[in-house]
Amino acid sequence: MHPARAWRGRSQRYRLEGEICEGCGARLFPPRDICPECQRPARTPYPLSGRGEVYSYTVVYEPPAGYEEQAPYIVALIRLEEGPLVSAMLTDVGPEEVYIGMPVEMVTRVLHRQGEHGVIAYGYKFRPVLRRTVMLPSPSAPVTA
Amino acid sequence: MYENGHRIMKPSRPVGIVGYGAYVPRYRLPGVEISRLWTGGAEPPPVREKAVPGPDEDVVTMSIEAARNALARAGIAANRLRAVWVGSESHPYAVKPSATIVAEAIGATPHVQAGDWEFACKAGTEAMQAAIGFVGSGMADYAMAIGADTAQGRPGDALEYTAGAGGAAFILGPAEESLAILEGSLSYVTDTPDFWRRAHARYPEHGGRFTGEPAYFHHIVEAARQLMEALGTRPEDYTYAVFHQPNVKFPQKAAKMLGFRPEQIQTGLLVDEIGNTYAGSCLIGLTAILDEARPGDRILAVSFGSGAGSDAFSLVVTEAIRERRDRAPRTRDYIARRVVIDYATYARYRGKIVLDT
Repeated sequence: MHPARAWRGRSQRYRLEGEICEGCGARLFPPRDICPECQRPARTPYPLSGRGEVYSYTVVYEPPAGYEEQAPYIVALIRLEEGPLVSAMLTDVGPEEVYIGMPVEMVTRVLHRQGEHGVIAYGYKFRPVLRRTVMLPSPSAPVTA
Repeated sequence: MYENGHRIMKPSRPVGIVGYGAYVPRYRLPGVEISRLWTGGAEPPPVREKAVPGPDEDVVTMSIEAARNALARAGIAANRLRAVWVGSESHPYAVKPSATIVAEAIGATPHVQAGDWEFACKAGTEAMQAAIGFVGSGMADYAMAIGADTAQGRPGDALEYTAGAGGAAFILGPAEESLAILEGSLSYVTDTPDFWRRAHARYPEHGGRFTGEPAYFHHIVEAARQLMEALGTRPEDYTYAVFHQPNVKFPQKAAKMLGFRPEQIQTGLLVDEIGNTYAGSCLIGLTAILDEARPGDRILAVSFGSGAGSDAFSLVVTEAIRERRDRAPRTRDYIARRVVIDYATYARYRGKIVLDT
């Protein structure tokens, strides 16, 4: 992948930044500038919480070039708390542990490395929600101050 | 005034820690597994186990998670940070900053100072000293300093037992908003070649026992002793102390040399469970202490970086710790998340198996 392509999508890939439709309030991911619910322009950036659950998944044993070091890995559809369905790799979880309905949270990880010399692509993945001593709002929730 | 008053560093505007966060990867390689492979089990490991990064983790990804935890605790928007500085000796790129990726991922760009710091294991506290200066001078209200490493040890070398992975992020800000206020800091640096890695070399070299007395102990003890002398504090005035942790014995001995009791260093001594996290080492220990500290507690934190030098910090915990600490996962939550792997998996995850020829 040319660095320019990854660069264009850095806000959505690094921190799951979507859009909100000012017309009907729908949250969009990936950003597409037109609301699929009401067909009006939707260009306001909206940081998604990163919380969701596994809607479906599959295990990849024959990876495409650039992903060999991570195989076997899980690719899942994640139903985000805000509504959108996102396809992403799961991390910090094995094929024997994952299940449909598993609560997950977004983390930013290495998606692939272009050999020893190429650019490193970072982006969102999802992992099982970290077990905490005290349960709290996600650290990736939007903060206004 | 005290005798060493001119050696201590104090910002003209009072500064403290407004937010902190840690990250430790979930994989663990037990020391007995390394010993089994290279010594037939004859050598007793210096630590029980070490944290190992997964194949999709590096200093950037660990820094991002620690930084998000620090922001959650601080309760400030990322675009209020005027600096994001990452200290490490395992930046994924030789040229291209880790800090720009971290700053972009947390939403701190574009009005932000960003850069990578290097000073072996004290790169993180080096960034912290600079962040104190940035806030203390009034140039910024908030500055973030991160120490993180995915440490490398040559297979079979003594360092392989301890070279771990993890990181911690701190947001420095005005003292009145802080969960721990800085009383003062002191840096102690000399040219001492105890450990190094040349450009393009894959693994570091070290001077064996030379890494002890003239390097680790001399710098840690002098930095700590002179800071306490300048502040007029004594070991018994501190509830907690945390020192750089290359193994279990060194910080225990340094504590004893300075007159600290084992109970004072216990909370921050994590090396037996996660290994030596290099630039993250004493900083992750500090996060574990803040997870448990009470208002009024005084903390001494002293880093050590080979080459060599130490930064010492004296902090006093405030009431703000009570409501901020549980806004993000505690350091112990990450340590408890533990998956044991064997040497073969470790070799694969750490890129020690050659796939491209």
